[in-house]
Amino acid sequence: MSTPATEASLMTEADEAAVRKAISSTSRPPTASPLSAAFTFGWRGMLKVKHVPEQLLDVTITPVMFVLMFTYLFGGAVAGSTGAYLDYILPGVLVMSVLFTTVYSGVALNTDLTKGVVDRFRSLPIWRPSPLVGSLLGDSVRYLVAGTVIIVLGVALGYRPDAGVGGVLAALALVVVFAFGLSWVFTTLGLLLRSPNAVMNAGFMGIFPLTFLSNVFVDPSTLPAGLEAFVNVNPISILANASRGLMEGTASAADIGIVLATAAVLTAVFAPLTTRLYRRG
Amino acid sequence: MTSQSTLAIEATGLVKVFGDTRAVDGVDLAVRSGSVYGVLGPNGAGKTTTIRMLATLIRPDGGSARVLGHDIVQEPGAVRRAVSLTGQLASVDEDLTGRENLILLGRLLGLRRNAAKTRAAELLEAFGLAEAAGRMVKNYSGGMRRRLDVAASIVVTPQLMFLDEPTTGLDPRSRNQVWGIIRALVAEGTTILLCTQYLEEADQLADGIAVIDHGKVIAEGTPGQLKASVGTGALHVRLLDPEQRPQAEQLIGRALGAVHLEPDLAALSVQCSDAGRAAEAVAELSRSGIGVADFSLGQPSLDEVFLALTGHPAENDSDQQPDAIAEEQPA
Ligand SMILES: Nc1ncnc2c1ncn2[C@@H]1O[C@H](COP(=O)(O)OP(=O)(O)OP(=O)(O)O)[C@@H](O)[C@H]1O
Ligand SMILES: [Mg+2]
Repeated sequence: MSTPATEASLMTEADEAAVRKAISSTSRPPTASPLSAAFTFGWRGMLKVKHVPEQLLDVTITPVMFVLMFTYLFGGAVAGSTGAYLDYILPGVLVMSVLFTTVYSGVALNTDLTKGVVDRFRSLPIWRPSPLVGSLLGDSVRYLVAGTVIIVLGVALGYRPDAGVGGVLAALALVVVFAFGLSWVFTTLGLLLRSPNAVMNAGFMGIFPLTFLSNVFVDPSTLPAGLEAFVNVNPISILANASRGLMEGTASAADIGIVLATAAVLTAVFAPLTTRLYRRG
Repeated sequence: MTSQSTLAIEATGLVKVFGDTRAVDGVDLAVRSGSVYGVLGPNGAGKTTTIRMLATLIRPDGGSARVLGHDIVQEPGAVRRAVSLTGQLASVDEDLTGRENLILLGRLLGLRRNAAKTRAAELLEAFGLAEAAGRMVKNYSGGMRRRLDVAASIVVTPQLMFLDEPTTGLDPRSRNQVWGIIRALVAEGTTILLCTQYLEEADQLADGIAVIDHGKVIAEGTPGQLKASVGTGALHVRLLDPEQRPQAEQLIGRALGAVHLEPDLAALSVQCSDAGRAAEAVAELSRSGIGVADFSLGQPSLDEVFLALTGHPAENDSDQQPDAIAEEQPA
């Protein structure tokens, strides 16, 4: 009589010994602190930029094209000269470029959710919002890169901000802080919508009109009264004004205050919302 | 720490409802520390949902469970500190390399940078992934991905590991590798809750099995008990020439009783637990000039048990009903 032969394990004795040794050789370390967990997730975000640089390329090429097109096509007509127009739009395009990048925070989160990796993160003994906070910290680096590309391009085209390097850095920092706040809106979207594409579409459907109905490209005083009123209260206009001001050394404290307050409010409302949605899974 | 005698998982009446679907509908589980417990069920039975509740990813809508002595709703943090999860979808980051994945988890679990690196290298080596360590996971084969996934679950050795269909979609070679890893884990004392659709897998690895269907446990026991519940063993015969099957059917039928014709046109089987009589019947075939390719006498396969329990048409002797080990027979 024969019994059905059990398939011989193809794993050699040596392999199993190695696995057993690997299993037995750990003791449990104290759990990671919230900060350390968040930074680890930030590191993960940066690794992704390294491995999938296309995403960064996507969001930087569009603004670069805008700078070139608008400066040379409309510069003469809108501001009298290309040089004057570059001075006007460069801080604005900086804002646009970074804000467009924030949409990708939501897209990336949604992509994560369709993979199994989030289940693992959620099963870890870590500070619960740390994957979110960490990703946004990592994304902030992406925002910095996107902003820097625009500034370097501007300088190459002859842009010379009056407030010098310090002013430029201050403007960049302000834009990144605002972007951090805004990206919570997109992470919320990222958790509510079904696919990464839906997040991308919805995100740009919101951010695109808001950017064009701001003072990024045109001086609002040239607009019809109703539109002008809207453009003037659009937070993106205020952010663009504040960064222009910082770069030219004429920033108004009120503008900067409004920008920071808006970022704080967005974070206060949407960060807990995102965390709640993420936890529910 | 839990001692050997205690239960690693103790679930009573777990319920999870999604809209109209009662995904999990009153599941009781008792898993001994240090054992491998198999949860066996077809697609949509509620295996993943059960695991997700026990791993504190979702809250149960009813019932309660303690994992390693901690209530999954009251003390989710304590549960998370002692368990790890290898989900049904590979729970690794495809856009990172294998090494980066393991370092990431090491850091998140509290290892210092250098310790995390050392640990990653050690695991990659042990799991046969050293060569692929620097490649992005999206370029890994299914088997490599699964091994990395399991490695990621033991960056810090858990007391209890949830494994959700660890070998679905793997070729036999990779499947055997994963089984080897699971056996090694068990040998080191890790308790494992293993969800699977493969009866053979549960049979090979598990000490205890719960069969679930439509969110309910329909039977529970050791692989042996489950098999015994279907009845006696069976003689399986495969002929060299399918043309001779009618003749063989007659001969064996006379010797041993009602013969079951397998879908394989050269194969037939018959309920029989007496090795002597089975040998006699096979000898009879040869004497009558019927060539036998192979034959075996064994307990009924878990396959048959499963089909009998879930009410789908069983391959063998469908009028034979399982005995009393089922905990909650479906109506
Ligand atoms: N998030 C969800 N929302 C709605 N329905 C769900 C959800 N998760 C699971 N279900 C439903 O609950 C039931 C059980 O699903 P579950 O994933 O637990 O089954 P399973 O046993 O793991 O199946 P498989 O072998 O296919 O993985 C199914 O009918 C499924 O469609
Ligand atoms: Mg499942």
